[in-house]
Amino acid sequence: MSSLAEGTYLPEGLTQPAPMRDGMDAPYWEGTREHELRVQRCADCGTHQWGPDWVCHACQSLNVEWVTVEPTARIYSWQRVHHPVHPALADHGPYIVVLVELPHADNLRMIGNLLGDPMQDIVIGSDVEAVFEDHDNGSPPYTLVHWQVAGS
Amino acid sequence: MHNAWLRFAAVSESGRGLRGRTAVAGVGETTYYKRGQSTDPEFVLVVKAILAACEDAGINPREIDGFCSYSNDRNTPARLANALGLEELRYSNMQWGGGGGGAAAVVQNAASAVHAGSANVVVAYRGLAQGQFGRFGQGGRRPAVRGEFAYTLPYGVMSPAQMYAMRTTRLMWEHGIDRSAMRAVALAAYHHAQNNPRAVMYGRPLDAETYDSSRWITEPFRLYDCCLENDGGAAMIVTSAERAADLSDTPVLVLAAQQSGGHRSGAWVHNPTDYATSSFKLGAQHLYEQAGVTPDDVDVVQSYENFTGAVVMSLIEHGLCTYENANEVLTFENLRADGGSIPLNTSGGNLAECYMHGLGMQIEAVRQVRGDSTNQVPNVNVSLSNAGPMVEIASTAIYGTAEVLG
Ligand SMILES: [Zn+2]
Repeated sequence: MSSLAEGTYLPEGLTQPAPMRDGMDAPYWEGTREHELRVQRCADCGTHQWGPDWVCHACQSLNVEWVTVEPTARIYSWQRVHHPVHPALADHGPYIVVLVELPHADNLRMIGNLLGDPMQDIVIGSDVEAVFEDHDNGSPPYTLVHWQVAGS
Repeated sequence: MHNAWLRFAAVSESGRGLRGRTAVAGVGETTYYKRGQSTDPEFVLVVKAILAACEDAGINPREIDGFCSYSNDRNTPARLANALGLEELRYSNMQWGGGGGGAAAVVQNAASAVHAGSANVVVAYRGLAQGQFGRFGQGGRRPAVRGEFAYTLPYGVMSPAQMYAMRTTRLMWEHGIDRSAMRAVALAAYHHAQNNPRAVMYGRPLDAETYDSSRWITEPFRLYDCCLENDGGAAMIVTSAERAADLSDTPVLVLAAQQSGGHRSGAWVHNPTDYATSSFKLGAQHLYEQAGVTPDDVDVVQSYENFTGAVVMSLIEHGLCTYENANEVLTFENLRADGGSIPLNTSGGNLAECYMHGLGMQIEAVRQVRGDSTNQVPNVNVSLSNAGPMVEIASTAIYGTAEVLG
């Protein structure tokens, strides 16, 4: 469950993520550093929520907590990017982006890259597992969450 | 009876609906340039477009007393009012949100202001000089990004094509939409541009083989599925129906104009409740109710192409075809102004006329009602133009002749 032996999926030099200055999504980014997938869940009505916000969209409670969820999902949609729009990707070649849904967390959706052959066939509905990709040299250090087809 | 209809009926009886209350008295645009090739500064492009619209309307620019724009247009009403020497500025309005979702919303906002008596002559405008202020089609270059883009940019999702491709993939998967429908949208746009000297792609026809063999931008979008990047300015003069009737024997009425967003349509990281949507499902109901027409009454359609797949969604969600018959109905033959059953994007649209952030497609809808399009559809009474499919707030306007009011 790691791609780190072969380096990062996309080359270094892309814009890096950082937590919001008001702290709203800090628990997510802290979780990724510990290789845990954290999302929001309303402490009052139990609804999982993504993207993060201060307010539960289902019941408007401000009592929104962070929970660690099983890092598995299924492919909801995808794209294979051929035309680079960032200098760091200029000579990289195609890469796959997947939108995955988490059935055990109210089908909330997340975006990541699909590891493996960039020209692989992609099947909507396939089960995927999270792969945490550490960027210890980031400022601040950060970890991305990619996906790979389950059992691959 | 549908709750939304009951609400509308109540509004209509109180005389608050927009139907036929205002009109587009004039339209104007600058020369349309390839991205970065405008010889004018962006502000000058906007001024030129407004002056052209005033001349078209037959009004003195000093009669303008309101401005509406969208997508954080850099050319502010205060600066425009200064430049135009206005004695009084009574109304200014910015439609929130990025993308071109505001291109019909500005007509709604301008018409609402006029109908409310807030102003008499309101300009809806947009200026773009991407060469001077940065391109839409390029990714972020900042060292670190926070908030929503922190969840997309590091994975290589940064351009509009990359942000919207997965909705189209999902549409095709859920409803069996064929690439042929997307190709037909591209072919129709280029076909129409060949008769439109304003079009950036005038003299540059496109055939099916060229479309099919064009390079991938990001699957499922090929090069010709994606809008252009351009420089230019465009403006429309919105005033009361009464004033417009003084200016023209055949005023172009605003029959309806409506913004449209659905449940959590702005949810971060591709989490709207309904994903494979152009965002028009709800707004289209209000639109037709407000206009007092049905999809069958629509004579000609301008459907904003950020990407061809979004046009397919938009046409379905405006009731102009269905998920089931889209592959059969959306053919090049059916989308042509010369004889098609759903004449589409008759100026060449964002794909082949100019990416004026959609305002050019509102102007084309007006021209179709006036009868002076370069690809004129015969006997147009009802002309629909939508804007910004798939963005969190999209919009649509319907223009028409006084005949429609009965
Ligand atoms: Zn709740």
